[in-house]
Amino acid sequence: MSALEVRGVNKRFGGLQALNDVNLTVEEGRIHAIIGPNGAGKSTLLNCFVGRLTPDSGTVMFHGKSLLGIQPYEINQAGVSRVFQTPEIFSDLTVLENVMIPALAHRDGKFEFNALRPMRREKDIQKLAVDVLEDLGMPDKHDMIASSMSRGDKRRLEMAMGLVQDPKLLLLDEPTAGMSRADTNNTIEVLRHIGDSRGITMIIIEHDMHVVFSLADRISVLAQGTVIVEDQPENIKGNVKVQEAYLGGAQ
Amino acid sequence: MLGLSRSDLLMLLFVLFLVAAAPILLNPFPEASRFAQFNAGYPDLMQRFVIFAIFAVGFNILFGLTGYLSFGHAAFLGAGSYAGVWMLKLLTINVLPAIIVSTLVAGVFSLIIGYISLRRSGIYFSILTLAFAQMSFALAASVLTPITGGETGLQTALNDPRILDGASSGTGNIPAPALFGLEMRDSIQIDFGGWLWTFNVGYYLSAFILLVAFYLSIRIFRSPFGMMLKAIKSNNQRLSYTGINPRPYTLAAFVISGMYAGLAGGLMVAMDPLAGAERMQWTASGEVVLMVILGGVGSLVGPVLGAGLIKYAENIFSKINESLLTQWFAFMPEGLTDFMVTIVSPFVGKGWHLSLGLMFMLVVTFLPGGLIGGVTGLFGRIFGRRSKAQGE
Repeated sequence: MSALEVRGVNKRFGGLQALNDVNLTVEEGRIHAIIGPNGAGKSTLLNCFVGRLTPDSGTVMFHGKSLLGIQPYEINQAGVSRVFQTPEIFSDLTVLENVMIPALAHRDGKFEFNALRPMRREKDIQKLAVDVLEDLGMPDKHDMIASSMSRGDKRRLEMAMGLVQDPKLLLLDEPTAGMSRADTNNTIEVLRHIGDSRGITMIIIEHDMHVVFSLADRISVLAQGTVIVEDQPENIKGNVKVQEAYLGGAQ
Repeated sequence: MLGLSRSDLLMLLFVLFLVAAAPILLNPFPEASRFAQFNAGYPDLMQRFVIFAIFAVGFNILFGLTGYLSFGHAAFLGAGSYAGVWMLKLLTINVLPAIIVSTLVAGVFSLIIGYISLRRSGIYFSILTLAFAQMSFALAASVLTPITGGETGLQTALNDPRILDGASSGTGNIPAPALFGLEMRDSIQIDFGGWLWTFNVGYYLSAFILLVAFYLSIRIFRSPFGMMLKAIKSNNQRLSYTGINPRPYTLAAFVISGMYAGLAGGLMVAMDPLAGAERMQWTASGEVVLMVILGGVGSLVGPVLGAGLIKYAENIFSKINESLLTQWFAFMPEGLTDFMVTIVSPFVGKGWHLSLGLMFMLVVTFLPGGLIGGVTGLFGRIFGRRSKAQGE
């Protein structure tokens, strides 16, 4: 069954056709990678899934429900979490608080007036957050102020914020950019484990081919706003069109 | 206990001790001493300390947690005051209904203004609140005169209906606001050696309400709701991608702080049943902003401290005049006395705003966490970072 159905999506910025009749089907429980040269429209496409941008035409259906024209928080409440390319965190809160906020949002919904419930009695939420941070290899940084972390750690924190919501669909925008080799491998390990054990559908944008080929069940190649190839990873490597797109993009 | 962690409970007890002992603590100088004019332990001023502390604690829930800077909260204080006086006129001279109704009226009023103002953020939000407050001020001073008493203000009168206890005006005097017969202006005075301590009913009622208000603010700060408000200040955009609709959260914070303002306004008229339009003016809105920033934005105790400091400066510094200064510096050689008086006098008396301004500049420049940030920083340095939880 398909989790996400993208049909005929177009997006134009002034004279630039950023997305040109994009079609994409993401199967449930699979990890789907979107690759392509810089400026191919990968992040633009992702922005259309989370309510940051509205396409000029086309449809984006998530489990039969349209994601267009609704607020970002409604999209999230429908089960779509996003990990941003540049870390978007609550920089003056602690690491643990950063993870507990999305956990609360997942449990309590878009608004809950619980002004008199003590936070320290939220043992379940705290445990969820602690466990996710443990999974991502940051068990000892709970009380750190988020802004004081390294870039790689911020990326991992972002991922923890997405994963703690146990989303149906997780959108990852270059999750390993800025990470060391060891952290990258650890992240691959974590994502693969989560994909296997919880069956979360993932869309991943990545430049690092090592990450892509380690994780992806299926790959779409985007070039100049169009999907030029969609296939199994093993068929992508030797594909002439893909090689052309990357070489063309480098000119 | 009380749903508070140990350090929060200690902080609450600390404030409890401060307000309970204030009549003694604020009168450190014997009556006959020449420093007696620095004593702040008289009922009128102590009432103002705690009432403005309530105002500032509430304002800090909006400004300190969400970062939304309102320049119009005096409008809610004023609305609360008017509602309170009307209760004292129409219903009963008992202050309890007046205090409750002023809180509720301010709540409804802030819901309307907040709903509109919160469609914008940042500077536009501030300007919108300022515009609404100035509009309320202008209306109260002119068109709404039948309700507000216009420029003369609204006060209790002998022939008010007071449907619940109309008979109490039989004495021929306007009845004084009271809590079940206990008049707000009643005091017990104790002469202890050279010291004079005044324990006033109105002060202790206001102090009790401050404690409740402060306790609620701790609970809000430590709740999931409070954490969402902090997240709004930190990264509003991110919060909406996290599945939270920030709008109702900010609106709730706005209404809560508006109700605190209304409560403060109601208490003011419970102490002295007179409300005037100037209470809604933008300078009054600005004052609470100064209190919170001076004390420490987003800290729990800071606003209480800031309110006390500003009200102290306003009432004590302003009383120092040139002849007094001449007295103080009389021990110096004659030329130097004149010199010192000339230097110091612009900062006291009518010029107390100048001292306040300087103090504000120093605090904002050198103590970004406000006075409470400075104090905890100092303690941290002395006791090796042990007491960092205090102000946060």
